[in-house]
Amino acid sequence: MTPLSELQPGESGIIRALRGGHGFVSRLAALGFTPGAPVTMVRNPGHGPLIVSVRGTRVALGRGEAAQVLLLQREALYDDAAPN
Amino acid sequence: MTTQPRTELSQEQTCTAPVIVALAGQPNVGKSTIFNMLTGLNQHVGNWPGKTVERKSGLCSQGDSAFTLIDLPGTYSLTANSEEERIARDFIVRERPDVVIAVVDAAILERSLYLLTELLLLPAPVILALNMLDVAEQEGIHVEPAVLEAALGIPVVSMSAARGIGFTELLETVQKLLAGEIPYHPRQPTIRKEHELVLNQLLTLIEPQVPQPYPADWVALKLLEGDDEITALMQAQLSPELWTQVHALLHQHEDAILDIAGARYEWIERMVRAAVVRPRLGQMGLTARLDTVLTHPLWGTLVLLGVLGSVFGITYALGSPLQGALSALIGVLAEGIRQALAGAPPWLGALLADGVMGGAGMVITFLPILLIFFTALALLEDTGYMARIAYLADQVMHTIGLHGKSFVPLLLGFGCNVPAVLGSRIIETRRARLLTLLLAPLVPCTARMAVIAVLAPAFFGKAAVWVSWGLVALNVLAVFALGLLLHRVILRGEQVAFIMELPLYHLPNARTVALYVWNNLIAFLRKAGTVILGVSVGVWALSYFPHGEVTGSYLATAGQWLEPLGRLLGIPWQMMAALLTSFVAKENTIATLGILYGDFQTILPQVMSPAAALGYLVTQMLFIPCVATVAVMKQEAGMRWMALGLGLLLALSLGGGIVTYHLAALAWGL
Repeated sequence: MTPLSELQPGESGIIRALRGGHGFVSRLAALGFTPGAPVTMVRNPGHGPLIVSVRGTRVALGRGEAAQVLLLQREALYDDAAPN
Repeated sequence: MTTQPRTELSQEQTCTAPVIVALAGQPNVGKSTIFNMLTGLNQHVGNWPGKTVERKSGLCSQGDSAFTLIDLPGTYSLTANSEEERIARDFIVRERPDVVIAVVDAAILERSLYLLTELLLLPAPVILALNMLDVAEQEGIHVEPAVLEAALGIPVVSMSAARGIGFTELLETVQKLLAGEIPYHPRQPTIRKEHELVLNQLLTLIEPQVPQPYPADWVALKLLEGDDEITALMQAQLSPELWTQVHALLHQHEDAILDIAGARYEWIERMVRAAVVRPRLGQMGLTARLDTVLTHPLWGTLVLLGVLGSVFGITYALGSPLQGALSALIGVLAEGIRQALAGAPPWLGALLADGVMGGAGMVITFLPILLIFFTALALLEDTGYMARIAYLADQVMHTIGLHGKSFVPLLLGFGCNVPAVLGSRIIETRRARLLTLLLAPLVPCTARMAVIAVLAPAFFGKAAVWVSWGLVALNVLAVFALGLLLHRVILRGEQVAFIMELPLYHLPNARTVALYVWNNLIAFLRKAGTVILGVSVGVWALSYFPHGEVTGSYLATAGQWLEPLGRLLGIPWQMMAALLTSFVAKENTIATLGILYGDFQTILPQVMSPAAALGYLVTQMLFIPCVATVAVMKQEAGMRWMALGLGLLLALSLGGGIVTYHLAALAWGL
C-alpha cells in the first residue's frame, strides 16, 4: 500500500486504510477520506503540506498526516489536478 | 410544531421570537451570508455560555410571523471532535429548535451533505438550503433541486445567497413546514448490514438507561463511532457490569467509525446520483485554474506578498494619516476642555483632558486602522483566499507548532495588536488560538513603532534606522522564541493535525463583510468606553495625585520604587515611569517623558548611555501590550491565559533589556 504523501501531482489512488488516533481518523472520515474513496494529488512540492482532491473538495494536509492515509493502487489520472 | 418546554435563552430579549430556527452547515458553505442576509442588524453576537465559540442569534420576519434564528458553529460532522461540534449538537438535542436549516454547497454537494446524514438522526425537522448554485455552475457542476428533494424526502430550497437569491422561498418553506402544509418524510441514512446487528445489540443494552433528552438510537450510534463525550456520558450512566458488556462490544468494533462514515457517503452517492451532472473529466473549474497560480510555491508566495503589501500600503496611505488627524483632533479637544474648565477644580480638567481624552480617546484614534484590517480579514476569509495563505505559510508556522492559519492574525499585529488578537478567532483549535493570541502582542504595532521613531533618533542619530530594523527583527525572533517555548513546554502535547479544506473561490458578500467589520468595531468601541476608559482614568489618577502633577505623584513614586530595577537596566526612574504609562497607550511613553523632562530629546542622551538606551528600547518593544490589547486578550483567552501571557512578556522584556544593556556596555566599553 502506498502512503498518500508519495503520490505525484496528477496521480490518483483509492483509499484503503487510515492510521492514527481516533480523533484524527474521525476528522478525516468526515471530510470524505473513507476506504474506497478515490483521491487525487493536486500539489506535492516534496516538502511541507500538500493539496489533494477528494470527493470534489480540495484539502490541504500536512505531510505527516498524508502519510497516515494508505492507498490501494496508483494510477495516472489527470482528473482535477493541476500539474506543477 | 413542538410544544415541550424549552430552557429560554435569557440574555438577549431584544432578538427573540418564540419559533426557533437553527442554521447548521459545514464551514465555507455560505452559512454566515444566509444568517446576515436574514437578520441584518437585528443580530446579537456573543459567546456560547462558558465557551469561547462565537454565538450569533438574530430575528428575522416573513409576513406576519417572526423567527429567532440561531447560527450554529460551522462543523463537518456532529461527532465530539471539537467544541464547535459539541455546541451544535447539544443545541439541537437540548434546545429542540422548531426547524433546522441545513446549508449545503451545491458545488461540493456530497461532502457538504455529510452533515445532513447526521442531522437527520436528531429530533428536529430539516430543510435543505441548496446554496451556491451560481458557484457550482461556474465550476461546471449542475444540480437538479427537484430530483434531490424527491430522493431525500425533505424540502430543498435553491439558493445563491451571496446574490440574494432564494431567501423568500426559504422563509416560506419554513412557514409551510411549521404549518404542516408540506410533506416531511425524510429518508433515513442507513448503515452497513454487519453493523446493524451490533447497533441493535448496543441499543438493547443501553436503551432503558439513556438520559433525557438524548435519542437512544443516536446515542448507540455515537457509541459505535467512538464519540468521547457520549462514551463518558454512558459510562457514568450505566452500572459497571452493564458498561463492561457495552465496552467489550465496542472494543470489538473499534474502527467502526470508518465504516459508518463510508456508509454515509455511499448513502449520499445514492441520493445525489440522479441530481448532479458533473463536468467532463479533465475540464478545469475556476478554482482549479486560480489555484495553479495561487498555491504555487513561488508564484503563490509572490501574489501573497503583493496582497499583504497592498493591505499595509492602504494602511499607511489612508489609515495612518487618518489616525494622525484623529489624534491631533483629540489633542485639540483636550486643550479645549482644559481651557473651558479653567475655572473649575484643576483635577477635573486634567481628568477629562489627560485621563479620558489622552487614554481612551487616543485608543479610539486607531479605529481607521482597525476598519482597514477587519475589512481585509473579512474579504480574505469570504473569498476563500485565506485558506491559500494558510497553506503557503504553513511550513514557517509549523516550527512553532502553529498552522498557516495563524499567520494572518499575527501579521495584522504590525498594524495593531487588537485585530491580531481578535483575528485569532479564525483558527479552529483552541490550542492554536491561544498560542496565536499569546504571541500577537510581540508583533510591533504602529504605536510602538511611533515611539521608536521618536526615541531612536534622539539616542542614535543617523544609526537610528538600523537600530529600528534591528528591533523589529528582534521582535520577530522573539515571536519564534516564545512560540517555541509555549509549543514545547507550556501548551505541549496536543499538536493538532493539519487538515484544512480549500474552499472554492467566490465573490465576497458585501453584507457579510460589512457586518463582520461593524460587529468588531462596535465591540471595540464598547471596550474603549468601559474597560479601557476605566484603566486610563486609573493610571491618570496615579500620575496626578496627590500633588496634582506627575513629579511626586504615585506613579513617580512607583517609578522610584522600581529604581533598583531601573539600575539593572541602567535607566533613571523617569524612564521607568514612562514605561509604566505605555500600558494605557504606547504613545504615552513620549507624553510622559515630555512632562517629566521637557525637552527629553536633548536631555536623555546626556543622562543615559547608548547601551542603556538600547536596553530601554528593547524593553519598550517587548513590553506588555496596551490596555486595549490586554482587554481583548482577556476576552478571548480568559483571565489565566492573559495573566500568563503578560507574565511571560514582562519577564522577556525586562530580561531582554537587562541583557542587552550589559552586553552592549561590555561591547562598547561603557
